[in-house]
Amino acid sequence: MENLNLFVKSIFIDNMVFAYFLGMCSYLAVSKNVKTAFGLGIAVTFMLVVTIPLNYILDKYVLQPGALAWLGDGYKDVDLSFLGLIMFIAVIASATQLVEMTVEKFAPALYNSLGIFLPLIAVNCAILGGALFMQQREFATCWTATVYGAGSGIGWLLAIVGLAAIREKIAYSNIPPALRGVGITFIITGLMGIAFMSFMGIKL
Amino acid sequence: MLSKRNKEALFNPLSKDNPVLVQILGICSTLAVTAKLEPAIVMGISVIAVLAISNVVISLLRKTIPTSIRIIVQLVVVAALVIIVQQVLRAYAYDVSLQLSVFIGLIITNCILMGRLEAFALSNRPWPAFLDGIGNGLGYMIILVIVAFFRELLGSGTLLNYQVIPQWCYDHGYMNNGLMILPPMALITVGCIIWVHRSRNKDLQEK
Repeated sequence: MENLNLFVKSIFIDNMVFAYFLGMCSYLAVSKNVKTAFGLGIAVTFMLVVTIPLNYILDKYVLQPGALAWLGDGYKDVDLSFLGLIMFIAVIASATQLVEMTVEKFAPALYNSLGIFLPLIAVNCAILGGALFMQQREFATCWTATVYGAGSGIGWLLAIVGLAAIREKIAYSNIPPALRGVGITFIITGLMGIAFMSFMGIKL
Repeated sequence: MLSKRNKEALFNPLSKDNPVLVQILGICSTLAVTAKLEPAIVMGISVIAVLAISNVVISLLRKTIPTSIRIIVQLVVVAALVIIVQQVLRAYAYDVSLQLSVFIGLIITNCILMGRLEAFALSNRPWPAFLDGIGNGLGYMIILVIVAFFRELLGSGTLLNYQVIPQWCYDHGYMNNGLMILPPMALITVGCIIWVHRSRNKDLQEK
């Protein structure tokens, strides 16, 4: 039950895009049509589901103060938490590579549709942000962290597909020339964010 | 020292080639840390420092990095610098580092960094790369400060935590606009800044 709450919460209330502005760069750049937006959204969700548990395990058994106790008494006082950022980004970059190679080998159709987006994801702030929020919130189990990853990813997917749909429609509207393109996209995202804020008061 | 080309590297990013308004890079942190002026300034300075130093480091290494692994090398250099910044902030500006929470860490994936490293540092000598880093960092910081200025002034009536709007205004019924503190207003503020910027620079407008 608790996990279900977390899932819903991370999709709507703590939405990656509207509450924390994570992954904005690709969000703005790749939202011109619904199909590619959907592809990128799926790729991000997938990478969050893969990397958050990996980083959780890394954090819990290697990085936290005293986490190396399983190596023996001598390692009880070791605190490697300052290495967090570099380890997380290494895990994310290598996981992206691995996933890319696996997908290419075993699911060529999926690879062709995701193709260009997969390598971009290594520098998508939503993934690293997910890992850092996971660390900050101190989830109890690896499973909870995975649920959080899945929820955040789906929230991101929802946001980017929504924006892409609106942008497809808005192509036919008469916008002031200086606002065309990026400017209006920012304002639309802001308005969508205000809409999403109505979920805020909900206690789960 | 400051030839024409170097001057361009330093000053173009301030307005004509601004990383936030024109190249649309580094949006995530621009929006998230601008509810108050103080964290925005700290964030701006951190990004300038990381960007300038990593530009120099990558530019020095540019002939030895194999192209196939350059992204990982860049990430490692940037991550190491960000860790230093994070530790310095924790030591000397603990409150601000709490306010910035994960966003200092997210400098690593700030697209301005990767963008400048890829586009400039890999093909230029250290000194122009350094100027380019400072210029782009400043361009980023200017936008951060403008957005934070409006959000703090209208949202809390303060600037750098000093009360700016006098008490008698409140007595006569003036109210802080709570909406400005909420995240979505950052997007709308940036949207308006882009609007103003593009109506002044007609050649940047999209058809």
